[in-house]
Amino acid sequence: MSFPWAKHYEPKNPAMRWIDERLPLPRLVYSAVGAGYPVPRNLNYFWNFGVLAGVALVVQIITGVILAMHYTANIDTAFNSVEAIMRDVNSGWLMRYAHANGASFFFIVVYIHIFRGLFYGSYKAPREMIWLLGLVIFLLMMATAFMGYVLPWGQMSFWGAQVITGFFSAIPVVGEPIRQWLLGGFVPDQATLNRFFSLHYLLPFVIAGTIILHIWALHIPGSNNPTGVSVKGPQDTVPFHPYYTAKDGFGLGVFLILFSFMVFFLPNALGHADNYIAANPLSTPAHIVPEWYFWPFYAILRAFTVDLSFFGLFTIVEAKLLGVIAMFASILILFFLPWLDNSPVRSGNYRPKFKIAFIILVLDVLVLGFCGQMPAEEPWVMLSQLAAAYYFAHFLIVLPLISHFEKPLPLPGSITEAVLNKHRIKGERDALPGMGSATQPQPAE
Amino acid sequence: MATVEQADPVLKEDGEGVRRRDFINIAALGVAGVGATIAVIPLVNQMNPSADVRALSSVDIDISSIQPGQAIKSTWRKQPIFVRNLTPKEIAEANAVNVSTLRDPQTLAERTEEGHENWLITLAVCTHLGCIPLGAGEGENKGAFGGYFCPCHGSSYDTAARIRQGPAPRNLEVPPYTFTSDTVVQIG
Repeated sequence: MSFPWAKHYEPKNPAMRWIDERLPLPRLVYSAVGAGYPVPRNLNYFWNFGVLAGVALVVQIITGVILAMHYTANIDTAFNSVEAIMRDVNSGWLMRYAHANGASFFFIVVYIHIFRGLFYGSYKAPREMIWLLGLVIFLLMMATAFMGYVLPWGQMSFWGAQVITGFFSAIPVVGEPIRQWLLGGFVPDQATLNRFFSLHYLLPFVIAGTIILHIWALHIPGSNNPTGVSVKGPQDTVPFHPYYTAKDGFGLGVFLILFSFMVFFLPNALGHADNYIAANPLSTPAHIVPEWYFWPFYAILRAFTVDLSFFGLFTIVEAKLLGVIAMFASILILFFLPWLDNSPVRSGNYRPKFKIAFIILVLDVLVLGFCGQMPAEEPWVMLSQLAAAYYFAHFLIVLPLISHFEKPLPLPGSITEAVLNKHRIKGERDALPGMGSATQPQPAE
Repeated sequence: MATVEQADPVLKEDGEGVRRRDFINIAALGVAGVGATIAVIPLVNQMNPSADVRALSSVDIDISSIQPGQAIKSTWRKQPIFVRNLTPKEIAEANAVNVSTLRDPQTLAERTEEGHENWLITLAVCTHLGCIPLGAGEGENKGAFGGYFCPCHGSSYDTAARIRQGPAPRNLEVPPYTFTSDTVVQIG
């Protein structure tokens, strides 16, 4: 694990030595997030977001456990218990707003974390397992967030549960029994609410366990870096502590300022007013919209409006099933990404054509997100069809072609060379003496 | 203790081919595997609808006050249902459609009870993703075909509640029902 020049744990006092000899936990922490973990010296602020995601999960677990002390998972009292948390429970409003907005912030940092990996090629060998585990975490997050949103038993809770479990009824023959099995009834009801509460409490701990695997897999090859060039020697790395604990600490401060701003000044900006109406199984809200972090996937779901038929004679796949398949496929396709992008160059900084395709993909996902929250009307249906088509084309056609035809820019010999060149160019621009090229270390290998 | 081992002549650790120990291992693991699989069945099955939910309750609905052109919403097995009194014009419109052009081909007669063709009774659950379509209430959007319109993803149903446009794959489901009198219908 890690590099040969990683420092070993030396207990500084007898108490720590006593613990370390009996349970090497201090050693584990030191080698995982302490001075014993060498990290590339050139990580930029995009590398903050993994730690921020971990912090967001901790915030969700703490506020969530507290909310569970006051919430009742019963269709007659759930909505009122949430209102009691807002009005009567001491600081209950803070816990709930922190939990609701915490979910959004968790997704914001995870989306940035995912796109960071996409741009810098962090999914490529030897880091495929980290990428795959990350996608598992993402799927678990989506399941957890969906079930959490059902718990207040408001209108959006109820109808969101109805629509999302309805995805499963699209599956031929077994779909409807599966849906009834998930709901424990014919419509979302007491059984549904109770089991969603149970699972919503369970899954964050499954996520925490998967994060441990994710970090374990990360610590085998070590972090990727903005050049994408592998670490070649001790001069390419700095110890995680104090260098990246400090950098992550700064990023955490910025994150908490933004988070606090939302919690205290715009607590409902990302929610839906309809969810402050108690669930009514006899009245569908005029416009059912999922939470913002599901919009791109919702747009792909709704992009399919016509059955796939055999020359119009008979239906092969119903439009409803096509939409559901496409929505799941849009995530499943990411599991194959390490093998769809064959370019040996990791970082998008050295891949001019990939860089353009990446920017288009980001814009495409934003367009999908925008379409996902608009009503199912033209021109949004047409736009989401085009954007959904491009999303799949990016991964299945554009990326494999680019990795075949693209001529990458020359890579720096090492991380250190890239860092020192950057300083030299910057120094010359500032009319200051550059770092002497004589001091430039040679690659260790 | 050594005498005990010697007293068991079949236990040969260095024997060729399938040893008795292999058979015991496979048999033990096989039985344990079957047991574990059977133990999973109740763990999965507990999530299916419970007996109280399954209990097929039937509801009686008084339809005497529903005028032609009007519809009401009620519930059956916690699912919303539509009871609609079709006007002669709506019946004519539904019968004028060439059934073979429909996504889910059914005639109005197949979807209503003989002698009560004006009573269209369906689940109020869009076959797309389960929203309640509009069109039963006074002044609600009835969609492009004069029946029901689902606001969630834009499915339009005609005056026989058949899917005509949008993502829903099937017609609104017709629940089992009988007319216990001219003014009361029993659903379920």
